[in-house]
Amino acid sequence: MVQQYLLGNEAIAYGCLEAPVDVACGYPGTPSSEVIDFLRFFKEKTCYVEWSVNEKVAFEEALAASWCGLRSLVTMKHVGLNVAADPLMTSAYTGVTGGFVILVADDPYAHSSQNEQDSRCYAQFARIPCLDPATVQEAHDMCRDAFVLSEDFGLPVLFRPTTRICHSKSDVSIGELQESKRAGHFEKNPAQYVVIPVHTRILHKKLNEKQPAIKKGLVERGYNWYEIHGSTAVIAGGIAASYVREVLPKGISFAKIGAYPIDEEWLSEFVQKHETILVVEELAPVIEKVVYQVACGQNVHGKLDGIIPYEGEFSPEKVVSYMQAAGIPVSPVASSRDPYTALPVRPPILCAGCMHRAAMYAMKKVFKDGIFPSDIGCYTLGIQQGTVDTTICMGASITVASGISHSGEERDIVCTIGDSTFLHTGIQGLINAVYNGADIIVVILDNRITAMTGHQPNPTTGMTASGIETPPVSIDAICRACGVQFVETVSPNDYPQFLNVLRQAQKRDGVRVVIAKQPCVIIEKRQKIKRKQYSVDADVCIGCKVCVMYGCPAIELVSGRAVITELCSGCGICSQLCPIGAIRLEERL
Amino acid sequence: MSDRSYQAGGAIMNRYDIMIVGIGGQGTILTSNILGVACVIEGVPVRGAETHGMAQRGGSVESQIRIGQEYGPLIQSSNADLLISFDLIETVRALHYLKEGGSIVTNRAFVVPTTVYMQDFPPPDEQMLISILPDMHLWILDAALIAEEAGSILTQNIVLLGAASRFIPLQEESLKEAIRRTVPKKTVDMNLIAFDLGRSASEK
Repeated sequence: MVQQYLLGNEAIAYGCLEAPVDVACGYPGTPSSEVIDFLRFFKEKTCYVEWSVNEKVAFEEALAASWCGLRSLVTMKHVGLNVAADPLMTSAYTGVTGGFVILVADDPYAHSSQNEQDSRCYAQFARIPCLDPATVQEAHDMCRDAFVLSEDFGLPVLFRPTTRICHSKSDVSIGELQESKRAGHFEKNPAQYVVIPVHTRILHKKLNEKQPAIKKGLVERGYNWYEIHGSTAVIAGGIAASYVREVLPKGISFAKIGAYPIDEEWLSEFVQKHETILVVEELAPVIEKVVYQVACGQNVHGKLDGIIPYEGEFSPEKVVSYMQAAGIPVSPVASSRDPYTALPVRPPILCAGCMHRAAMYAMKKVFKDGIFPSDIGCYTLGIQQGTVDTTICMGASITVASGISHSGEERDIVCTIGDSTFLHTGIQGLINAVYNGADIIVVILDNRITAMTGHQPNPTTGMTASGIETPPVSIDAICRACGVQFVETVSPNDYPQFLNVLRQAQKRDGVRVVIAKQPCVIIEKRQKIKRKQYSVDADVCIGCKVCVMYGCPAIELVSGRAVITELCSGCGICSQLCPIGAIRLEERL
Repeated sequence: MSDRSYQAGGAIMNRYDIMIVGIGGQGTILTSNILGVACVIEGVPVRGAETHGMAQRGGSVESQIRIGQEYGPLIQSSNADLLISFDLIETVRALHYLKEGGSIVTNRAFVVPTTVYMQDFPPPDEQMLISILPDMHLWILDAALIAEEAGSILTQNIVLLGAASRFIPLQEESLKEAIRRTVPKKTVDMNLIAFDLGRSASEK
């Protein structure tokens, strides 16, 4: 046993290496990405690690590895499971051979997400076991043991940490790393792996018959436990259990739910011993509904009676307020200070020199009354530039643009999608748009990397997760193969030329694709690519603010004159925008 | 033992909550890592929470470190013992986390958000920001100047950590060992100088 200070996702990755895992696949998504990133950079790595093009692809690869008898892991964020929901639902029927762990990181409060869906509901829907850790140490231990659990039940196990597990840190005891002795071998068994109706009806029955043993087994393994101290109880699951334990007064009973499905008989025993029960869990009332099911006359408090919200993340102080609302005697949190609100906000913004800013600025210039469906990536921050009118989920830029086009909208419809998102679920939309004759312009923001989640390589990068060189996929060739007649590739840093291509596209009909190609500035920095910086000649500057309004964080306004700071990455857009030539290249590098 | 105490190596210690704030890219995570590693060196339980993902792109970020904590990573508002800040605007923004009588170690410098220039708002002024802060237990450092003296402007975070170290219930040597284990090898000496210079700066 070694004690280390680890990020939740690193602790989870250690758990996988201790199992040990043989195959790990994933698609990046905050807050899940660091698990695969840790595995792929780990020096003594013995497992196969890949970044797949989307979650469905990753899921099916990992499932197949499990069918070959290997221990496999697939990672994604909560909304990724929507993409992988198709194989998820039926993988519960086919079952697994080697341990198969589906890591789905939920994001209460939507710190970096488009919604706050609760993946425990998916596990319930698919009827597979779900593990919900309350601490980083527990996340490590649960993930390590989940592979065995999966093998014991012959089912995929959904492991569901939340943001405050994935991105929190703790002292963690890690064990010995194991080297796998397994070699994959596919044993043909059509009755299990070919889900034609005659097979699947039997498989469904078998899945249902497994349920009682799963419920008992999860209690026996100690994932769900309680302590009785009085007639009032708090039941909590996930990270909320940690917040509860931090503030729980003496004399109050406590039940901790770490695994689902919950054994109703076991829970009923606990519930019957109390008069008042408060259920504390983030997002959906999964535990609470089971408590209602087994309660006979107890006062049950939680979401269903309106004490606790369905949305957002909790904190120790929120838990105190829920306890007070439920009539549990608890000392209130001292709140001597209120937040000082008269400060300028500091939202995240695109980096100095980011090509997305240049591309979107040019789009706004050319398509003054355009409609701009967009997608998920750093460029969603283009909402600040007025060039993001819709964002719903991965790949929904081209499809939403097509839908608006077919609705008879007369204005130019110009959608944006990044390289990784295009490969994830964008291509189908493009094929469909060409096939069905949509009248749209698609700007593919190609920076050769999955930037927002921490710069993971993708098929355009020319490198795999393990750093092996591969031929980069040609987005141009894909678009042409989809039947697009107008495909132009240009760097948005060449501002006049980029404007020119957008204007050419504007004159044409049908589906037009402009590939805005320019590496991510953060990657350039890491590769030590240095460009000369720009500076403003204060004597020439007239303070017109054209460059300031470009919104680059390297440009400040001091005494009415523009000033370029050390953040400048030398993209040169501001000098191309300056109407009087006051912004010039510095001589020194 | 009281609610705020824990046991480490037979001794009863008080829990200590630290809020570290700044702007994405300034090194809040590295600073909190040093504190976490120092806790592991001393065998003290520790919890931390930090900002990852899109929010890091130039936005306000915070790292929370809870020394002696065995449960959750989130500090309750008005309960932090210490606020370490890399940007004076962020110091004011995070002030409500600090308990009455808590300590503040802050950089004097601040970055004006780009939106202020774009919207023609008057940028915040240093004296105005400082006037909002409590007068007691307040250390305002010119971290860039001290970091340059140490060898690189990039060591500002360690300067501030050094200044704050006087109030943190961890041994000076554990923190220094944590720096050795955490920062890039080539920069260890420079960072140790930055730590010492920061520590002397809060002596007065």
